[in-house]
Amino acid sequence: MVTTSPGTLDGVLLLIVAWLLIGAIGAARPRRLGLIAHALFPASAAASVALCAMALIALSGAPQTAVLPLGLPDLPFHVRLDALSAFFLFILGAGSAGVSLFSAGYFRESESGTSPGLVCLQYHVFLAAMAMVLVADDAYAFMVAWETMALASFFLVTTDHRVPEIRRAGFLYLLIAHLGAIAILLCFGVLQGSTGDYTFANMRGLSLAGAWPAVAFFLALVGFGAKAGILPLHVWLPEAHPAAPSPVSALMSGVMLKTAIYGLLRVTFDLLHVQVWWWGAIALALGLATALYGVVFATVQSDMKRLLAYSSIENIGILVAGIGLAMLFKAYGKELFAAIALGAVLYHALNHAIFKTLLFLATGSVLHATSERSLGRLGGLIHRMPWVAATALIGALAIAGLPPLNGFVSEWLLLQAFLFTPTLPQSFINMLVPLAAAALVLAAALSAYVMVKFFGVVFLGRPREANLVHAKDAGRFERVALTSLAAMCVVLGVLPVQVIALLDHVNRALLGTTVGGHGGSWLLLAPIEPDRASYSPLVVLCVIVAVTLVTMRVVRRLYHGRLRRGPAWDCGYPLQTPRMQDTAEGFGQPIRQIFEPFFRMERHLPSPSDTEPRYAVKVEDRIWFALYAPVARAVEALARWVGLLQQGRIAVYLMYSFVTLLALLWFAR
Amino acid sequence: MSVTGVLSQLLQLAVALVLAPLLVGWVNQCRAWLLGKSAPPLALPYRTLFKLFHKDAVVAENASAVFRLTPYVVFGAMCCAAAIVPSLATDLPFATAADAIALVGLFALARVFMALAAMDIGTAFGSLGARREMLIGFLAEPALLMVLFTASLISGSTSLPTIVETLAHREAALYPSLAFAGVAFTMVSLAENARVPIDNPATHLELTMIHEAMILEYSARHLALLEWASALKLFNYSCIGLALFVPFGIAEGSGDWLAIAIATPLLVAKLLVGGAGLAFIEIVSAKMRIFRAPEFLGTAFLLAVLAMLVRQLLGA
Repeated sequence: MVTTSPGTLDGVLLLIVAWLLIGAIGAARPRRLGLIAHALFPASAAASVALCAMALIALSGAPQTAVLPLGLPDLPFHVRLDALSAFFLFILGAGSAGVSLFSAGYFRESESGTSPGLVCLQYHVFLAAMAMVLVADDAYAFMVAWETMALASFFLVTTDHRVPEIRRAGFLYLLIAHLGAIAILLCFGVLQGSTGDYTFANMRGLSLAGAWPAVAFFLALVGFGAKAGILPLHVWLPEAHPAAPSPVSALMSGVMLKTAIYGLLRVTFDLLHVQVWWWGAIALALGLATALYGVVFATVQSDMKRLLAYSSIENIGILVAGIGLAMLFKAYGKELFAAIALGAVLYHALNHAIFKTLLFLATGSVLHATSERSLGRLGGLIHRMPWVAATALIGALAIAGLPPLNGFVSEWLLLQAFLFTPTLPQSFINMLVPLAAAALVLAAALSAYVMVKFFGVVFLGRPREANLVHAKDAGRFERVALTSLAAMCVVLGVLPVQVIALLDHVNRALLGTTVGGHGGSWLLLAPIEPDRASYSPLVVLCVIVAVTLVTMRVVRRLYHGRLRRGPAWDCGYPLQTPRMQDTAEGFGQPIRQIFEPFFRMERHLPSPSDTEPRYAVKVEDRIWFALYAPVARAVEALARWVGLLQQGRIAVYLMYSFVTLLALLWFAR
Repeated sequence: MSVTGVLSQLLQLAVALVLAPLLVGWVNQCRAWLLGKSAPPLALPYRTLFKLFHKDAVVAENASAVFRLTPYVVFGAMCCAAAIVPSLATDLPFATAADAIALVGLFALARVFMALAAMDIGTAFGSLGARREMLIGFLAEPALLMVLFTASLISGSTSLPTIVETLAHREAALYPSLAFAGVAFTMVSLAENARVPIDNPATHLELTMIHEAMILEYSARHLALLEWASALKLFNYSCIGLALFVPFGIAEGSGDWLAIAIATPLLVAKLLVGGAGLAFIEIVSAKMRIFRAPEFLGTAFLLAVLAMLVRQLLGA
């Protein structure tokens, strides 16, 4: 069923140019807010939708290649559009369409930072760079696009660059992004062997000897892990996401993290042929550690964007664990099970792009309406912002992995993949994998806790501050964006067979087998055979809705629908204030207590005699103090030593030159 | 999907809806006997439901749609779960649409909605209940899933009817993996159904309640649906336990009405024994402090993982 679909690669390149043009127009008219908001961002959203369409066509087509006369002489850019690229381009299109539409109503003139036109330029360069990363077919083009992406997103993170914390967050992000880039560069250096040909086609054809494949794999894991936020390189995420404007956080969390997953898949499944089981085991362990770490930290956050950032770390952990499992299966030649694991990874990547984008955008609306990011000062917004609340509820239920929404499908597939591991020939792995499944399930269960906290504290209950009663619901563009993303959560949730039919093009390209087509029907998802495991979310959704509606009708018909409104009961306590509700800290307290060793906590408890009792708790990341702070101190000490050389007097520098010359003469003797 | 399949599916759902409140009544009766009190009538839960349905509902002034929708969603999820769990027969067409993992997902859906509704009014007890329920939930859910995975590994399927059919045809012997899983499952069921070592269904003492704290603001038909749903939950857990650990006598094959006719009294008998056992556990144990619950459920989780390991390594 290979069909040639000429022109989709050209179409994708054209869209990249279109994005750059839109950005350039914005930069040329930096203060024309009307133009930027009502023409440029909607146009960009239209381009994203077109990208989705192109990607869908390209997904089933044969790989297309082209050589662009850009870059250095004798070193042109190679581009290639195959199933894997197309799938991630689809994620990029789907995520960015919602974000661009939302941005049309979001960006306003601000005192503290970059002008809207410049933001528009950076935003579109960011989109174009991500698309370039996905179609690049040689290391040179890939690295240029990768670095452009990092720089554009750095400038977007520091949009409000007059705030010192935001500058610091941006610096941390840039630093870790560059550590990652160095590792990726080295990885490509290893992958090209000694041929000096940096095209992916050449790397694909080579088979490295000795320890080199392992070196390449671990460099890729570190490099892409730094971008994705794998432990212990995750520290930039919870700093950069709250600092960035909400649409940018949405794009970074929803889409940019996926480019790192793309890179990891590209290197491990496409460019490297050797697959050793313990690479998979390490990726699996690392992924699960990341997932648990992320979700445990997410439960104790009191800033809503930090909470979502930690939740992204969790989801990236799940993705990496899935990749590890797929590698394990592939190393043992179980292509079908590898396809299930890989299918789960791709499905989850798409899901995460949709619901995390949705939730970050919802926090953006809340932030605009209330100017408040701290969970402890929100509450009761479902009454003021019903539209945002309803869509955020769908997103929260989806990310919590509840049937029949989309988060559950990918979780289901991944758990099915775990259940097939007894077929592996190594008993050591057979013993470890149940533990891995247990850890995954624990992380998934905790994510429900996180989402109840997020949604419950922000949207439910009573307003914790007086000014919240003036909060306004989101504007037109924002509503359309939020609603379309929420609708995608439902559609991806109830039509898994159709989505998997799309994913299978990637599976076929990378593993030579497919998940679908083993029984089941358009309604029934059955990865192996219906007897073994089957799931049909559409039926589940219909049954739940039907039972709910029938119950409502019957109760109303047989009894009555009388309803009175009264004050809350609360066991008869007469005096109730909004301060008596759980705060964000209060809701996370059980987790803080259970997982105490994870955290570095500073607590300030009031004494019984305090006239104005105050309770304060600060929860911090141990890894920061155990790993980053010492490294930073060492670097600073080294810099001070090197700094001693710098005297600022010309005579001293001439002296250095003289000594160097003498030393060289002595060596060259 | 055959007509007989649909019929047996509906029959099983109806049996679950009818028997669930009776099971709660039976457990309460046993508890009272064991404590030397005079027992409430068996049909008391029915009378309570009847009474509640006839009352006017009072809803707090600032309740949102989430609050009013939750009883229906929770009840719907529990009905779905009752349709998946094989209690009388294994010929359940709906069970192909949702397997054991989806069953756990349905329970989680009900729990999340309950917790959200509890936070909706913005009272101190509501959010306290929600927080504690989510705490119990995130510990109990993985343990339950691990128990179901052990059974899935034995039968090579996550579909509950297939699991039950496989387990019912094994020779009667004590399997170590199932023994571990059984203990873990009992502990999880106690926690999930708000029973004694974790929660006390009979208490309204503010600081100790979990489940009751969440539904404090509900009245009349909403409360009736939630009560019925929690009775259904107890029934579902009992039936999962029976299906996994004593599956004998369940009707197999499609349209075998005679087998279903035999299976029904057998199910009632098993539930009578199981309910008495639950009441016994409840009266011999004391309620734990909330922060002992993680230890209790952590033990259940470890036992369940151990069950899976035993199955993987020893094949037993």
